[in-house]
Amino acid sequence: MLSKRIIACLDVRDGSVVKGVNFEGLRHAGDPAELATRYNREGIDEVVILDITATIEKRKALADTIQAVAREIFLPLCVGGGIRGEEHAEAAIEAGADKVGINTAALAQPELITSLAKRYGSQAVIVAIDAKREAGRFKIYVRSGQQGTERDAVEWAQEAADRGAGEILLTSIDQDGTKTGFDCELTSAVSSAVPIPVIASGGAGTFDHFVDVFTTGQADAALAASIFHYSERAVADLKTHLRTHDIPVRIT
Amino acid sequence: MIALIDYGAGNLTSVGKALAHLDAPATTPTSPTDLASADGLIVPGVGNFEVTAALGADWRAAIDTHIAKGRPVLGICVGMQWLFDGSTEAPGHPGLALMPGTCSLITDQEAATSDQSRGASDRVGGRLKVPHVGWNTLRVTKPSWLLDGIDAGAQVYFTHSFAAPVTDDCVGATRYGMEFAAAVERDLVAGVQFHPEKSSDVGLRILRNFLQKAS
Repeated sequence: MLSKRIIACLDVRDGSVVKGVNFEGLRHAGDPAELATRYNREGIDEVVILDITATIEKRKALADTIQAVAREIFLPLCVGGGIRGEEHAEAAIEAGADKVGINTAALAQPELITSLAKRYGSQAVIVAIDAKREAGRFKIYVRSGQQGTERDAVEWAQEAADRGAGEILLTSIDQDGTKTGFDCELTSAVSSAVPIPVIASGGAGTFDHFVDVFTTGQADAALAASIFHYSERAVADLKTHLRTHDIPVRIT
Repeated sequence: MIALIDYGAGNLTSVGKALAHLDAPATTPTSPTDLASADGLIVPGVGNFEVTAALGADWRAAIDTHIAKGRPVLGICVGMQWLFDGSTEAPGHPGLALMPGTCSLITDQEAATSDQSRGASDRVGGRLKVPHVGWNTLRVTKPSWLLDGIDAGAQVYFTHSFAAPVTDDCVGATRYGMEFAAAVERDLVAGVQFHPEKSSDVGLRILRNFLQKAS
């Protein structure tokens, strides 16, 4: 049976992992390769490197960081943040990324989805969508959640899939950082509308939140950052918890 | 020396990194004559079956010669599908025909019965998503050098929409809507539908098994 994937997000700025990281047990505080190696050992299924400053400061994802992580772990590796065009995607993939996440640029030039899918295959193209509840619908925000648009998240996810996206990385702006759970309604609305996998993001605080997003939310994968940082047992314990709730996961 | 065949569809970087991690130097031959010095051949690949058309008659002949010399070949993903007669994804492009069978689109051939426990179905919202993306169980169906040392129930990472049929060459099978060949082996020719270079320790073990055959 296909496992539900647990994905760790490394928020990276200037080559270091930032945002609520407990650096205990790491030799170099905030070193992305070291943290990724730890997650691999703990049984994480996939890693996302998010260059959190890239969109705002128009910087491309750091090739050095990608290279260092890709040398150490043999898991699917996605890179997002600041992928503004084909040349940024190319740099990330050449550095060792298997997938690139495009968000603002995909909305601004949807044909980028198709051209990247043609060049690297759909499996390499993740369209990231940041959505917020507004007036009974899920509205899309861009530029790291700072700028609202008139686009609807479900419709845009369908268009992205039609244009060749391989997966959708769906973040709830309302839930992100709250630790009160994923937005299962949003996730389910998008997941049931597209034929491609949906990765739920934003709001993970407890193991039961993952149970909810894989059942009610119909998510194919779930992404989190801080919940994995604090304890070296978090990934393994989460998977054991999911298994007791009959959710198929990879146990290593 | 391992030769990584580049036909422009590449996850060459990832495969090359995994080989480097296993201390196995790899080259990317620019012409079929470069294959003469290779101890082993890896045909990686992602994307459409059509891309294999980039490897013409001269490449095919060089690969045949390599096999005739008793040296191993490993096809990954589309590279594995290429070992078969062809694929319905690109009917005009024959495969290497080293193994009989035709690859086809994954379809939901299994009734939604036993797997309907809460959250535990391959179907999301009642239907099967294609492509098949993620970690799934590799069921070892026959002894093989390729899967030597792989535990029953080991999981590996897939990302594909088309799959090879379960035939006599199948040594490992996976279910997703239907059963398909996840690993195949015929003498020194082997293939995996999943990505060993992305399947952590299990994948590295499989690559190591191949390297052992190539040494």
